[in-house]
Amino acid sequence: MPDATGLELIAGELRDAEGADVVTDTLFFRDRATLSVQPTHIRAVLAHLRTKGYTFLASLHGVDYYPHEPRLGVCYELLDMASVDRITVKLRVASDTPEVESVTEDWPTADHQEREVYDMFGVVFRGHRDLRRILMPEDYEGHPQRRDFPIGGEPVIFTFNERDALGSSE
Amino acid sequence: MSEYRRREQSITLGPLHEQLDEQSEGGAESTQELLTLNFGPHHPATHGVLRLLVTLQGEIVRDVKPIIGYVHTGIEKTAEDKSYWKVIPVIERMDYLSYYFNAMAFCGAVETLIDVEVPKRAQYLRVIHLELNRIMSHLVWLGTSALDLGAISMFWYCFREREKILDLFEMSSGQRMHTRYFQVGGVIEDIPPGFAEKLRGFLAEMPSRVDQYRDMLNGNEIVLQRLRGTCPLDAETLLSLGVTGPLLRAAGNPWDLRKADPYCSYDDFDFKIPIGTAGDNYDRFACRVAEMYESVKIASQALEGLPEGPHITEDRKVALPPRHELATSMEALIHHFKLVTEGMRVPPGEVYFPIESPRGELGCFVRSDGSSKPARVHMRDPSFVNLQATSPMVKGAYIADMIATLAMLDPILGGIDR
Repeated sequence: MPDATGLELIAGELRDAEGADVVTDTLFFRDRATLSVQPTHIRAVLAHLRTKGYTFLASLHGVDYYPHEPRLGVCYELLDMASVDRITVKLRVASDTPEVESVTEDWPTADHQEREVYDMFGVVFRGHRDLRRILMPEDYEGHPQRRDFPIGGEPVIFTFNERDALGSSE
Repeated sequence: MSEYRRREQSITLGPLHEQLDEQSEGGAESTQELLTLNFGPHHPATHGVLRLLVTLQGEIVRDVKPIIGYVHTGIEKTAEDKSYWKVIPVIERMDYLSYYFNAMAFCGAVETLIDVEVPKRAQYLRVIHLELNRIMSHLVWLGTSALDLGAISMFWYCFREREKILDLFEMSSGQRMHTRYFQVGGVIEDIPPGFAEKLRGFLAEMPSRVDQYRDMLNGNEIVLQRLRGTCPLDAETLLSLGVTGPLLRAAGNPWDLRKADPYCSYDDFDFKIPIGTAGDNYDRFACRVAEMYESVKIASQALEGLPEGPHITEDRKVALPPRHELATSMEALIHHFKLVTEGMRVPPGEVYFPIESPRGELGCFVRSDGSSKPARVHMRDPSFVNLQATSPMVKGAYIADMIATLAMLDPILGGIDR
């Protein structure tokens, strides 16, 4: 892990290279380094970190910070295999315009994981070649991992209630 | 004349015959036609309910698209509605062959958030169970993979050994699968009398069993022809696709979190990381088989070096007090009541905790908002990420090799779909 000073150095370098407002926050918590960045610059930030040795994208996942705004978050867990060092890059987008640039071109591993975040949280990854639902059925409505999406409440369809559940089309 | 007869007679075979004639004259070009084949989800060789949309040119695979989600049960969503200690049983059911690893990743993340120290004895007990689980998972993989290649007896041999491991799990926790043995702060109970002897007996026997399996398959011409040199992929491509675990090690990259970034006292043990050279199906097979020997070594070292001490943290805000204290101590009773009704409160924060599962990097991301239920639990499941390597591996290979590759990929659909 980069220590707290190392994290500030990386943040400073990023501010110099990409603009002063790129890094919105740094956090060093339980020996883990986290960089919060502007969603518009995510590709540039990840490309910069790649030159610093973080060449492996271990995980990409979504978070919902409901009821805080900007509500939806995407985390990128980067790993430097040579020095066994991890850093987390985070961004936040508002739920009415949940758009982030896709990183699949630089990191092919993000393909399925971005689809999962889109499926579960409704974050749209611009530039993803095949942004479809991955775990939920194609015709599913809503994004189930959002915090305001209710648990349960979906009727199980049996013969006796299929007419009510599916509407009067039959 | 009936309606059916009229319809039957209206069908002419003319155009079809002409087509066939053209094809036979065209020679080799006549087989250039592409065929899209649906493979699965209910097919024994897909190791669960994986569905593949395969585009074939003759016998050669030109494209593969995995379609998943058939066993999606929303465990990550369910976990948000349960207090931390009740999340463990649901999270164990994700990757159903490596339940100890799922629990370990989750408990590790929560322990990091709370900043609680796990006693040394608990760490060693965890290592014993993790490594037994790794052997068990590899045995299921070996048995079913051999089954895919047509070797049926292998399956029975592997499941014989797996039974012994499940018996050990039953002894320590009362359950054979989804044991809920790992708790936040340690393990639920110390190992019972007799466990150590039984485990010692198993560990003494296991290497000779793996010898037998290895000899049986290594000396089999059919297995070798199916595996050797088929569907290789270099380490660089694997890394860009996020592939970890035995698949990456088979390609020559010795990345193993147990060595690289030791957690749970793995740095106390002496073991090797088996790696391959060519990165083909044979190396994937050989790597996993070799890993079983190493797991036996780690488990025996942990058993012989098992330190004395508590099996779970003594922090009463995290772990339940021992039963006998409840009769005499008011404070213990209050702690027990608070833990069972509300559960532990975890300080707000976000943590990603990666461990080395039998299939690669299993990371658990937990976000806490300060309440007694997690605000977000996400598993970075290695099967889910590794599945993306299917297409680059099998493109240009025969469809029979695709079955072998799928077996060597070792995808667990419970983990992929969660």
